Amino acid sequence: MSLLTVNDLKVHYPIRGGFFRRVVDHVRAVDGISFELQPGETYGLVGESGCGKTTSGRAIIGLNKSTGGEMLFEGKDLAKMGRAERYKHTKDIQMIFQDPYSSLNGRKNVLNIIAEPLRNFERLSPKEELLRVQELVARVGLSPESIYKYPHQFSGGQRQRIGIARALALNPKLIIADEPVSALDVSVQAQVLNFMQEIQKDFNLTYLFISHDLGIIQHMCDRIGIMYRGRFVEEGTADEIYNNPQHVYTKRLIAAIPEMNPEKRFEKMHLRQSINEEYQTGYNNYFDKDGRMFDLKKISESHSVAMQ
Amino acid sequence: MKKPVLEIKDLRTSFNIKGEYYAAVDGVTLTVHENEVVAIVGESGCGKSALALSIMGLHDRKNTKLDGQVNFGDENLLTVSRSRLNKVRGKDIGMIFQDPMTALNPLATVGRQIEEPMDYHMKLSASEKKKRTLELLRRVGIKNEQRVYEQYPHELSGGMRQRVVIAIALACDPLLLLADEPTTALDVTIQAQILDLMKELQNQMKTGIILITHDLGVVAEMADRVVVMYAGEVVEIAEVKELFENPLHPYTRSLLNSIPSNMQAKQKLHVIEGIVPSIQNLDREGCRFAPRVDWIPEEDHEKNPEMHEAAPNHFVRCTCYKTFYFPEDRVGENEYVATNS
Repeated sequence: MSLLTVNDLKVHYPIRGGFFRRVVDHVRAVDGISFELQPGETYGLVGESGCGKTTSGRAIIGLNKSTGGEMLFEGKDLAKMGRAERYKHTKDIQMIFQDPYSSLNGRKNVLNIIAEPLRNFERLSPKEELLRVQELVARVGLSPESIYKYPHQFSGGQRQRIGIARALALNPKLIIADEPVSALDVSVQAQVLNFMQEIQKDFNLTYLFISHDLGIIQHMCDRIGIMYRGRFVEEGTADEIYNNPQHVYTKRLIAAIPEMNPEKRFEKMHLRQSINEEYQTGYNNYFDKDGRMFDLKKISESHSVAMQ
Repeated sequence: MKKPVLEIKDLRTSFNIKGEYYAAVDGVTLTVHENEVVAIVGESGCGKSALALSIMGLHDRKNTKLDGQVNFGDENLLTVSRSRLNKVRGKDIGMIFQDPMTALNPLATVGRQIEEPMDYHMKLSASEKKKRTLELLRRVGIKNEQRVYEQYPHELSGGMRQRVVIAIALACDPLLLLADEPTTALDVTIQAQILDLMKELQNQMKTGIILITHDLGVVAEMADRVVVMYAGEVVEIAEVKELFENPLHPYTRSLLNSIPSNMQAKQKLHVIEGIVPSIQNLDREGCRFAPRVDWIPEEDHEKNPEMHEAAPNHFVRCTCYKTFYFPEDRVGENEYVATNS
């Protein structure tokens, strides 16, 4: 059974205006997306800024309200739960945030930051709590004395590890990682990505990995969903997306990855130009008359594309 | 033989921290020829932006000490007068900044901002300026230039804004363009567009470009020659093809091995342990990268590392590149030997 099934998820924001500030229209930030997460896998959500990938992640964890569709976590719909029931499930879904500089409270020390989820959900004596935090801090590779330090005393990579330790504190099943490394330097990025792969095995975690960097997504993810304007344009395994992209938008994204072989740079430039032409000439194959994407259609067992 | 546009000789930029001066750029020597893209790569804190700001003279003069030479044309930009420097910046040297949102003035129209450098450096009538501005906007790939001319920066998307910033830098036909992380704040697809645009413009205008970036992908796409910087020093200089095929310095090799798209999926990425040392507690005697490759024995490093020409036009600092290896590669070899025997 899949761990999380998202069915036709919608997040619409009202636009108010006119007489009495009535709702005149909606911003369709997320407009009907569906996907499944199998336990232990890493699912990548990719797209440009403003395509709704972060909003989807936040809707699943409950930081945004969804306005339609269902999110079945182990068979139960998160959207229909009351507050008390949902509270029980917040334990199982945790989040790693993008910016390690603003996602940690600067006035709390590491002990208090990591212990906060424990204090919310478990009754531990101060001694037990300290023990648990020490374990977690050791697990993410920070020195034991660092639990009495404050976030500003750490480098970016170390802070992101504190954020990860906090997310791990309650033994979650699903971790939503929203651009976890885009604020970090390349070498530190590698450190955090390696580490995320390690703990995935140790804790049997499922990741929903949100990023705009296709290189990182390719490295980390088993299956990938490409988002554009609040909808999925293509979904498939990493191999299918990178080696056999079908939708013109996917092709465009992949062609935009900088070429690491300097000799092929003009080839790549021409490839990008030809894809741009295809985008213009073949527009009607990919978008309907209102400029909206078609629904996903299966082209193989695991690969689906939004084409006519 | 190509003509050099800019020659930097032993440039040393020191900042005043609590009464003492510490060098953030420590003896950099490099040359940019016309029609050449020189990329400067390194992690944050390695002095690449400090170098760019030193060339432009944009540092706070009270707390900064500049030594060495920055020769542009037949002048040393470090010693010329303020007013002379103002004649050069914005005209012969253009700069593209990282974040187009903060580089543009939110209170002035796009047209006004592109015309501003022309006011200072060229004697043109109002109609000539407008004609030139519209031409520039077209050249940076903005199709409805008449409309954009009247618009304010907040009305444009990130990619469009960066195009405007490029147009400003190109306004007075510069001989040299300094681009400080020009695509870091942009989305991948927009980044590709801006890079293609810069390549095209460079082919047309034959300017020299200094491209500062931490993204080796951008380097591979754009550069002719690459300068790798670490802790204020140049550690490797090579032609772009040579650098990617045959990287020598341990720092360059480590950087290349830590990029996800360069490696097989699910394979472990190389991690450079530790961080770039701050300029206050930096050992300026030995090889500056040594603390981060502690498995290399001390005698493999030089005492006062110098640049060696390892191959024609391929320079690398310190002798440690000769024996450098990645520990993760060796682990496999040992096991292999062990199981074989």
